[in-house]
Amino acid sequence: MTDQLQSAIVAERLTKSFPGVRAVDALSFDVCAGEIFGLVGPDGAGKTTTLRMLAGIMSPDAGTAMVAGFNVVRNPEGAKHALSYMPQRFGLYEDLTVDENIRFYADLFGVKRAERAARSTQLLDAAGMSEFRMRLAGKLSGGMKQKLGLVCALIHRPKVILLDEPTTGVDPVSRRDFWRILYELAAEGVAILTSTAYLDEAERCHRVALLHQGKLLFCDTPAHLKAAMGKGVLSITAPEPRALRSCLENADGLSSLVLTGDGLHVVVDDAARRIPEFQARLKKANVPFDAVQQVAPTIEDLFVDAVESGGSAHA
Amino acid sequence: MPDQENSVVVENLVKRFGTFVAVDRLCLEIRKGEVFGFLGPNGAGKSTTIRMLCGLLKPTSGRALVAGFDVARKPESVRQNIGYMSQKFSLYNDLKVIENLHLFAGLYSVPRDKLKERIEWALSMANLKGQENLITGTLPGGWKQRMALGCAVLHKPPVIFLDEPTSGVDPISRRQFWDLIHQMAEEGVTVFVTTHYMEEAEYCNRLALIFRGKMVALGTPSELKRDSMKGELLLIECEPLSKALEALQSAPDVSDAAVFGNALHLVVKDAAEAMPRMKQYLAGRAIAVNRIEQIRPSLEDVFVSLTTARDAAEEVKA
Repeated sequence: MTDQLQSAIVAERLTKSFPGVRAVDALSFDVCAGEIFGLVGPDGAGKTTTLRMLAGIMSPDAGTAMVAGFNVVRNPEGAKHALSYMPQRFGLYEDLTVDENIRFYADLFGVKRAERAARSTQLLDAAGMSEFRMRLAGKLSGGMKQKLGLVCALIHRPKVILLDEPTTGVDPVSRRDFWRILYELAAEGVAILTSTAYLDEAERCHRVALLHQGKLLFCDTPAHLKAAMGKGVLSITAPEPRALRSCLENADGLSSLVLTGDGLHVVVDDAARRIPEFQARLKKANVPFDAVQQVAPTIEDLFVDAVESGGSAHA
Repeated sequence: MPDQENSVVVENLVKRFGTFVAVDRLCLEIRKGEVFGFLGPNGAGKSTTIRMLCGLLKPTSGRALVAGFDVARKPESVRQNIGYMSQKFSLYNDLKVIENLHLFAGLYSVPRDKLKERIEWALSMANLKGQENLITGTLPGGWKQRMALGCAVLHKPPVIFLDEPTSGVDPISRRQFWDLIHQMAEEGVTVFVTTHYMEEAEYCNRLALIFRGKMVALGTPSELKRDSMKGELLLIECEPLSKALEALQSAPDVSDAAVFGNALHLVVKDAAEAMPRMKQYLAGRAIAVNRIEQIRPSLEDVFVSLTTARDAAEEVKA
């Protein structure tokens, strides 16, 4: 984020269609050195296709992309040494040990022998995997496998990394390790583009692009996006969430209502005005509740609000 | 006999593999019509527990009743009375919608005279009427996942197991899916959910967190957020961030400091007391604080806090 001058990735009106579907539709964004940028959206939003085009392994129908100073549309191999791409299923050799996998990727990327030992020790330490160097990759847990994939992908000190849903199937503790590594890389000036289908994970990125059906819904920092939503979000907890819902579902000012495990998550036009109204309504109907609190909107709230109010209003 | 109102009862359930204790004296009572979330890191014993509850793996000791049947003595009865759905693996993509439904009806031994009615029911529940002849693989994610649910409940099981049922599905379809689940729960179906995703955990009435085979927390999502954190959470926006992180990691009274997007999250004992002290501490190191406030912990914070606290406690013991 510090080096605003240097855009490590620039996507300009990238477009790609497959039979019957426009997977990516005139998508533009840029990622700076030292920035963690999230491509966020459900399955089918166009995340993987975008990453493949940036990695130079799929050519767009239209648009251009610059990665680490190379035009990857004209010269797909150009950015190879400055770039690392980690697909959803990273090619680890299950019958090789952790160390052997790393050595294999170091050979592949032409990392000098003198640098290897120090680099792999540093990366394995950061991943909390130093004790597992001799373990077969096939015997690692899902979270460990993803971390090993990242270690292999980073062995040649790329300036730009592209990660496709790196934390899918990874538990929250390993996910946190994973993010700690990403923040350290960003602090060293690496540009990181990562995709996720989990909207809560988007909050960890410096900036996010929300994708829906190949189109950009928004692109900004999570804090700015939340501030711009212009609606209030309330969390109401109650012993009987269903009774709560029946009582409030037709209330004025409500734009969305979700039944959660122990209450409701609702979006309203004006929180300050609706809180006392809702409390009064619940009391009048004799529906027990514990608390009505205003909470920060989630990225999911923004996504749903944008899709339901007709798509790319903010794009 | 167990209480009629409990549809899953687990008493001192143990599973050992050699000397490794995968599940360690687990006790659970899940009410009929409850949406119950079962969380834990990889390797915590979640899958082993579920395999035992589904009658696929014999417990070493202890007892578990699912829908009234003992999982060790009546595994076939257990399997006939449960449904299982995982978003990723349950459907045949190259079959038509209707073919998948017939296949699952066969697998679950839906009686012939009920077949038509049950398939009609599943189609309308999944909102797939008129789409019977589409190839399953071509359906959008949200439809597929409602269909997988339809297949899993064709035989009207009183208990269903869901494994990350809405992973990767767009938020609007996800909300519709959970509405459906809550509707089923209202009709008395018991729902047992496993997930790594706290967005899904929020939809559960109660949550159990297991770690190293043992239960470490149990409660509603809001109870866990209120009571289970070892300390309170602060958000700090400051410049420069990495310098602040380094300083705060060794600051007195800070039990954890981590980067979160453009800010830091700190775990402290008492937020109100810590705020002015942290400001001063950072100011003394030439770090400007733009914003500092107490935030509500997320379920993920709770999860990480509980498991890492255990880790630390066990390292001290060892």
